[in-house]
Amino acid sequence: MTRGLFVIRRSVVAIFLCFVVQVAWGDLKIEITEGISGAVPVAIVPFGTGGGTEPSEDVAAVIAADLARSGRFAPIDRNDMIQMPTSGQGIRFGDWRILETEAILVGKVLREASGYVIQFQLYDVYRGAQLLSYRISSAENDLRRAAHQVSDMVYEALTGERGAFATRIAYVSATGKGEQQRFRVVVADADGENPIVIANSRDPLMSPAWSPDGRQLAYVSFENERSEIYIQTLATGERQLAGSWPGVNGAPAFSPDGRRLALTLSRGTGNLDIFVLNLVSGRLTQVTWHAAIDTEPEWAPDGRRLYFTSDRGGGPQVYEIELGSDKAARRTFEGNYNARPRISRDGKSLATVFEDRGNYRVALLELDSGNLQVLTNGQLDESPSFAPNGSMIIYASEAGGRGILAAVSADGRYRQRLTATEGDIREPAWSPFL
Amino acid sequence: MRHLNLVFLGMTTLLLAGCPRPPEVPPDPPPTEIPETMDSGVSTGTVSAPAPRALDPFEDPDNPLSKMVIYFDFDQSTIRSEFVDVVNAHGRYLARNKDKRVRLEGHADERGSREYNIGLGERRAQSVRRMLKLQGVSDAQISTVSYGEERPAVEGHSETSWARNRRVEIVYR
Repeated sequence: MTRGLFVIRRSVVAIFLCFVVQVAWGDLKIEITEGISGAVPVAIVPFGTGGGTEPSEDVAAVIAADLARSGRFAPIDRNDMIQMPTSGQGIRFGDWRILETEAILVGKVLREASGYVIQFQLYDVYRGAQLLSYRISSAENDLRRAAHQVSDMVYEALTGERGAFATRIAYVSATGKGEQQRFRVVVADADGENPIVIANSRDPLMSPAWSPDGRQLAYVSFENERSEIYIQTLATGERQLAGSWPGVNGAPAFSPDGRRLALTLSRGTGNLDIFVLNLVSGRLTQVTWHAAIDTEPEWAPDGRRLYFTSDRGGGPQVYEIELGSDKAARRTFEGNYNARPRISRDGKSLATVFEDRGNYRVALLELDSGNLQVLTNGQLDESPSFAPNGSMIIYASEAGGRGILAAVSADGRYRQRLTATEGDIREPAWSPFL
Repeated sequence: MRHLNLVFLGMTTLLLAGCPRPPEVPPDPPPTEIPETMDSGVSTGTVSAPAPRALDPFEDPDNPLSKMVIYFDFDQSTIRSEFVDVVNAHGRYLARNKDKRVRLEGHADERGSREYNIGLGERRAQSVRRMLKLQGVSDAQISTVSYGEERPAVEGHSETSWARNRRVEIVYR
């Protein structure tokens, strides 16, 4: 296990979508805190340019950073490159073999009337064989996103697994104290860039959850001095009040088909149960009927079952219930505390917040075998959320007294963290494929 | 210990002196430090004030009504014995004053998952609500909200901070 430090810093500007004000939003920094010695060396050669003005982004640098963040690749330093070809014909494979580079990506960013075209080729260095050869068009201000798409293609060509670089994360930020305290729901690119504030309040905001098409976010807001659930369309900023029953309205989760919302309600009784709201018909169905705290519903991939947290057995544990059934089955048995379940895309493993000798950590439970692996090493880790390709889990952690985000590979071998320069950030939710 | 109690009482009196009603009482220290009985010697300070008046029960540190925050054990919502008098005093006051309304704000410490902590805060608020109702307070006088771990009373990641954040605040409106 090697410890590398890989830092990206960039000033970014965020836009209030629905509140119309533009604000500078602080620096964000990603650090790779624990790497893998087996990361595959690859060469992401600086892309050539053509057609006049320099592109606004260093596309090859964005791609190299993406691949490094995956924990599976070690892009070689530009200073160590013996040549910088921008197309396949120029590559001297023998030289790259000496550097033990396994794959090489070359390309060009060309200016076009409406933006840019990225043209790129990926080669297997040992066989000298071409793996990819593509062109991607990009709008003027969308070059980073196009670069992330190249990263996705390179990642898939080299690993066989779909890439999740051109995705986004939502999270909650809290800054200031007392009268100055502000809560924000932020949506950023998966690498932390381009953060956009989609909701801003003096009162707590919680529990952002993506719709399966990635176009909407549900979240909890206390703006009316009580908890309510809103669904906001990202492109327009338009909001819809989805849950405002007496008492607790919390833990929204879209069904895999996007037509239903699982949520937690107390409906004035003081007892939290799980409900399903049909977003098309408006019909509300009660799913759990227990005097315990039942909350944090998570849909199974088949859309017919829910995992949830309940303390019906004493402490909080994860249960599973089939919709329409009245019997819940307990799924976690190790430890005194398992909460906020998140299911992997293949439905085979469950990430939970697990109490590990007084520390709260993210653990991964293999449902078939019952094997539980503690993936993180913090004291107050919470809110796990899977990348849509299942390769990484992003979660909230704490460092230096502040809330930060961190990500760990699903095998627990590789970690990175994302910190904001101001305040606490927490409750990350990784978007679906976009 | 007797000396500490006196100091504490004096500070509380000072802090409360200028409070408007409904009172915003600063958070109590952890419950174990709260004096069970008050010393008679302290009241002489109040008597010597230039224009004596009856102390508002919410300002009188001898009166359980002056306590507005109920603290809880980890993952628990049962009202600890030292707070039963406080809750019952508010219950009797509200039962006698049907025009008064309270909002019970339930809170949890930062450990564990956030939505589960909303559940814990709600359960604590409900537990205070039930005890108030036993004193004859009507449902219409009580509203509850749970902020879970979202609005800590104090910052910090130690048991001392956590103990002060596991609470229900009784807010007169």
